[in-house]
Amino acid sequence: MEWLTTVDHKKIAVLYLVAGGMFFLIGGLEALLIRIQLMKPEFDFVPAHTFNELITMHGTTMIFLAAMPLIFALMNIAVPLQIGARDVAFPFVNALGFWMFFFGGLLLNLSWFLGGAPDAGWTAYAPLSGPDFGSNGVNFYVVGLQIAGLGTFIGGINMLATIVNMRAPGMSFMRMPMFVWTSFVTSIIILFCFPAITVGLVLLMFDRLFDANFFDVANGGNPVIYQHLFWIFGHPEVYILIIPAFGILSEVITTFSSKRLYGYSSMVFATVLIGFLSFMVWAHHMFTTGLGPVANSLFGVATMLIAVPTGIKIFNWIFTMWGGHIRFTTANLFAVAFIPTFVIGGVTGVMLASPPADFQYHDTYFVVAHFHYVIVGGLIFAVFAGLFYWWPKLFGRMLSETMGKWTFWLFFTGFHMTFFVQHFLGLMGMPRRVFTYLKGQGWDELNFISTIGAFLMAAGTIVFLVNIAVTARKPVGAPADPWDGRTLEWTIPSPPPEFNYAQIPLVRGLDALWVEKTEGNKEMVPSEPLGPIHLPSPTILPFLMSVGLFIAGFGFMYAGQHFDNGLAQALFNNYIVAGIGLALFFACMFIRSLFDDRGFHVEPEGLQEKGAKA
Amino acid sequence: MSAQAETVLKNVQLPEEPEKATLEGRNKILGFWFFLGGESVLFGSLFATYIALRNQNASGPTGAELFDLTMVAIATFLLLTSSMTSVLAVQAMHRHDVKNIKLWFAITVLLGLAFLGLEIYEFNNYAAEGHLFNSSAFASAFYTLVGFHGGHVLFGVVWIALLIGQLAKKGLTVVTAPKIYLAALYWHFVDLVWVFIFTVVYLMGKVG
Repeated sequence: MEWLTTVDHKKIAVLYLVAGGMFFLIGGLEALLIRIQLMKPEFDFVPAHTFNELITMHGTTMIFLAAMPLIFALMNIAVPLQIGARDVAFPFVNALGFWMFFFGGLLLNLSWFLGGAPDAGWTAYAPLSGPDFGSNGVNFYVVGLQIAGLGTFIGGINMLATIVNMRAPGMSFMRMPMFVWTSFVTSIIILFCFPAITVGLVLLMFDRLFDANFFDVANGGNPVIYQHLFWIFGHPEVYILIIPAFGILSEVITTFSSKRLYGYSSMVFATVLIGFLSFMVWAHHMFTTGLGPVANSLFGVATMLIAVPTGIKIFNWIFTMWGGHIRFTTANLFAVAFIPTFVIGGVTGVMLASPPADFQYHDTYFVVAHFHYVIVGGLIFAVFAGLFYWWPKLFGRMLSETMGKWTFWLFFTGFHMTFFVQHFLGLMGMPRRVFTYLKGQGWDELNFISTIGAFLMAAGTIVFLVNIAVTARKPVGAPADPWDGRTLEWTIPSPPPEFNYAQIPLVRGLDALWVEKTEGNKEMVPSEPLGPIHLPSPTILPFLMSVGLFIAGFGFMYAGQHFDNGLAQALFNNYIVAGIGLALFFACMFIRSLFDDRGFHVEPEGLQEKGAKA
Repeated sequence: MSAQAETVLKNVQLPEEPEKATLEGRNKILGFWFFLGGESVLFGSLFATYIALRNQNASGPTGAELFDLTMVAIATFLLLTSSMTSVLAVQAMHRHDVKNIKLWFAITVLLGLAFLGLEIYEFNNYAAEGHLFNSSAFASAFYTLVGFHGGHVLFGVVWIALLIGQLAKKGLTVVTAPKIYLAALYWHFVDLVWVFIFTVVYLMGKVG
């Protein structure tokens, strides 16, 4: 119950971690099934239709339900602590964002048990996903992702308001840790790109459930509109995933090189520039739809431009390590391995950005290899680095370094084995999304190697889970500052008290804690006197609101279906179920606005006043 | 908070801009501006879809045949006036004049309701002429764009009406003030979107 009603950002981080981790395992299991099916030619491990469901759900789950929430988990752990805040700007909205994501993801995954999962690919291109071709599973896709997307959207607004309004005294924008900067830019991207996919999904839903004609060519519709809306969201989404990874990397590399980040302001500028350019390149996913040479060239050039700020970042990380006192902890191993891996992904990205070349690579395994290098070799490496780095702060327990290194080497080797060979498979002409292939095309060995690699990655993940299980049995005892850190989160105990900071610190420079350390101070100077701390009350409403949307989702999906049971038929076909769900949602909203939350006060007992001036 | 503390809070002199007096209020206002940024993309996408499909009327009626500019002009006039009355409500808030906040908000709600009434009447007329949601891509795009806006108007009307009730019960405090400010901000946004709908859908539909 405590977990259902919490509005504490650290507990919400744990919720995101558990839910995102669970979906990561589901998506990983789907990936293993895909790789087993492709292990040898003309294999019939899973039927073709199931294979379509598996690739659709693997992509959708990994992007929306694993990668995004894991990023939100890390943001929720680190951002309020790094800016010296007691909480986020809207604790209620924070909880609501989590529960909406969770119930949206749950709804999507229930499709496996309710007549089949979506099978139109993770992009769900119309008209393949439309009423004429798409299976019933696509309804789960359009409805589930709308609910989950709404949760992400409000989560992004919350982060933005937190970072702008809640920074500790002295923390100017140019003194914010890089992870806060990247969270800020990511949240801006979320803000401006999620509404686009919501519209795409709404239009698709209207076509499917209410007989609209947006993508129905016979009645004047145009399926390319869907592609535009999807990629106006979809390309920035890639940067939503990778920009926080850049931030984690900057934190981990500076800490474990014991040097300040090289070229901080150029890093900030590069981050903002990447965020801006991410909106200018969506049509490079559509070179082969026939937009014409001018549009293709413009979007090709815009795409290649992104390599410039990204290159700045890569060199800054290398210069940060240069001459530093480097410690190869597990977190830092993942961070260092990120750099060459991501560079490979970036190089293949520039190759794909050239329209004439793309006509060759399009829909082959080369593309699959490229985006897995960026997303797994980039984001997932960074998430591992971030988890090993911030785990002691969140849980007060250190993860085992020995097992951590096993995880790293298994995952790292497995990753390159799985995806490096796919570049060559793609160049040799193996198309993506096909469930099997014929013998004797030279694809057999490379596919086999790829599958073995996937199992090594799974083994690495299992070691990580064992690591969590083993260390969770140890007592809480991590020091406040286990890594000799540079930023504010390492000034408070691990795990942090509910109110984070008994006294909000005064920030006197970039890498606030490091500034104090170099001046010989053991702790931060407080900016306020010790006093009672105001915190928001826990509430069940975010959970209930999300349940309301969940019920409404089912109501709309099944409104047009025939039921043998007369009562069910009456309830669903007259939109009564949908109405009940929406009523629950709006009722909770009404209650929330009617009864203002007074919150409660905690006295930080046992804490000594540190002589602040009011 | 005890009842006594509450009375004390009420008697404390309200600051000139009570909506920005607390961190919570400032957070809400900033967060809401971000929210409106996202909403702009939402409507932008709907506009783009509409523009792409506005001549795809299959065998159904076209916009030029359907639209009655007189009625739409009246609706526009009602909605833009309601934007002004909501400004007057916020100005009354800055004077701490609860009675006039309620009055101007009530007029805003009435104008919003009148606008909605006209829209329903208009949609009914179109439906009678065979312009149904599923009759063509143009029709789907039209009802989706204008309907989304109508849904926003409805939400705003309910929101502001409930705020009037809350204001009657709790009076003007640093808690209720940000809500009043946000409702007015939302209302301006909804009106602004309508200006674009009037231009892109109705004027361009009639002339272009």
